Amino acid sequence: MQLIPCPWCGPREEAEFHYGGQAHVAYPEDPAALTDREWAQYVFFRDNPSGPFAERWSHSAGCRRWFNAVRDTRTHDLLSVYRIGEPVPAPSESEEVNS
Amino acid sequence: MTSPVSPAQPPGAHLPDHPDFLWDNPEPKASYDVVIVGGGGHGLATAYYLAKVHGITNVAVLEKGWLAGGNMARNTTIIRSNYLWDESSGIYEHSLKLWEGLEEDLGYPVLFDQRGVLNLAHSLQDVRDSVRRVNANRLNGIDAEWLDPEGVKEVCPIVNISQDVRYPVMGATFQPRAGIAKHDYVAWGYARAAHAMGVDLIQNCEVTGIETAGDRVTAVETTRGRIAAGRVALCAAGHSSVLAGMVGLRLPIASHPLQALVSELLEPVHPTVVMSNAVHVYVSQAHKGELVMGAGIDSYNGYGQRGSFHIIEQQMSAALELFPIFSRAHLLRTWAGIVDVSPDASPIVGLTPVEGLYLNCGWGTGGFKATPGVGDCFAHTIAHDKPHRFNEPFTLERFTTGALVDEHGAAAVAH
Ligand SMILES: Cc1cc2nc3c(=O)[nH]c(=O)nc-3n(C[C@H](O)[C@H](O)[C@H](O)COP(=O)(O)OP(=O)(O)OC[C@H]3O[C@@H](n4cnc5c(N)ncnc54)[C@H](O)[C@@H]3O)c2cc1C
Ligand SMILES: [Zn+2]
Repeated sequence: MQLIPCPWCGPREEAEFHYGGQAHVAYPEDPAALTDREWAQYVFFRDNPSGPFAERWSHSAGCRRWFNAVRDTRTHDLLSVYRIGEPVPAPSESEEVNS
Repeated sequence: MTSPVSPAQPPGAHLPDHPDFLWDNPEPKASYDVVIVGGGGHGLATAYYLAKVHGITNVAVLEKGWLAGGNMARNTTIIRSNYLWDESSGIYEHSLKLWEGLEEDLGYPVLFDQRGVLNLAHSLQDVRDSVRRVNANRLNGIDAEWLDPEGVKEVCPIVNISQDVRYPVMGATFQPRAGIAKHDYVAWGYARAAHAMGVDLIQNCEVTGIETAGDRVTAVETTRGRIAAGRVALCAAGHSSVLAGMVGLRLPIASHPLQALVSELLEPVHPTVVMSNAVHVYVSQAHKGELVMGAGIDSYNGYGQRGSFHIIEQQMSAALELFPIFSRAHLLRTWAGIVDVSPDASPIVGLTPVEGLYLNCGWGTGGFKATPGVGDCFAHTIAHDKPHRFNEPFTLERFTTGALVDEHGAAAVAH
């Protein structure tokens, strides 16, 4: 069980959270213009890196708000958490949250 | 403490001895006709059928760790073919038929034990979906029955069929020809037989790059040097996205931790395999006597080969409600593998946009049962540069065309 630092509530147990997959996947701006291939990319294809990954979490059993996190998928370490709408923190800033 | 086990016949005494020599550890050659990346069950079986059926023996299986130390060593070994759709029936039943003759074919024990599988239903919708699947299975010539709670109890007397629990057992599908096999022996059997036909099995050899010239694959870079290859076949399970990324290919795959655990050795109490999709547990009793239990996947992507404790808690509470008799069993050890989950819970097997590069992945939580079948079909695909009819539906293209094979309901692990 991990402690996940909700940007609003602070560190809480992993079991209070719900995972939302890759972050920053924008809905197509002009949906009617998309080819089948582009739709497939939007609907089914996600990054799956072995290493840092920007992803969404919801603190569903707490404040019930969504936020983003950068997590290392090899170690499960949360390198940073940040609010929706904020840009992905630079890697150097990311290291700090964990220490 | 008194031991329930008679010293004259300890559990596992009937198992074959561990072999002390099965294959060499050769130096990689400069070039091969076919390089297979990943020395799990799928990679080894593919090499075996390439050599045996197609006469292609200038083959290397490259494994970054030790042979069959990935998911092959970590799974709960359940084998069945009771999937919903015709496409799945084709490949999983093909595999089950090969399991039925595998010991003889390999000349090696794999302890395939057709003790049957129960897939429990816990809600009215589960019941309807299950009955539909039984009917679909029968139309495909696959053995399947629908059992009411008393029928479940007859097959597996230790299942709690009380209707006064949170998730009462409302019935189950039963596939009598399903079962389990001894995963290590399966890997060793394939490895030994492939080696005997001239295949090089190379351990501690991680593929770090894939070379192409024009649209064609030409070589792999490894931690033990460059190896030229006429064809390259990916059998890397949880790491397929990383490998495909080396040629700029993006896959609709998410890698997740999936856990299992075993109890201490117990007297035989559990005669079959019981799976429950709704409460996230599946249980069988290993040949030696451990209870082998699987869980659902961890929700997040992960390559760490360890999972979350709360998943084990959920799995154990479900197991205890279903099997009150387990309440005093001790947990011996837990572990996790990395499974590659696709959007429709079906595998991706076939050609890629890169000539000579072949893809086998997306088996997620259920690829052990496919080992012989996918080995046979994938070898055919590589040898003929054309899919076998059983893996033809499982292309990467289906996510663009929309011809999905949605097996979430029959995949039996929550994801
Ligand atoms: C806990 C658990 C329970 C499961 N239960 C079942 C079950 O009951 N029934 C069932 O049918 N299936 C089950 N599965 C799924 C099944 O184990 C997998 O689908 C199947 O093993 C995948 O094929 P494989 O055996 O080739 O994979 P693996 O054994 O994982 O083989 C892939 C190999 O590739 C190697 N590799 C990766 N990257 C590289 C690289 N760059 N270079 C060289 N080598 C590389 C890895 O080290 C690994 O050995 C379970 C899985 C887990 C984790
Ligand atoms: Zn919160």
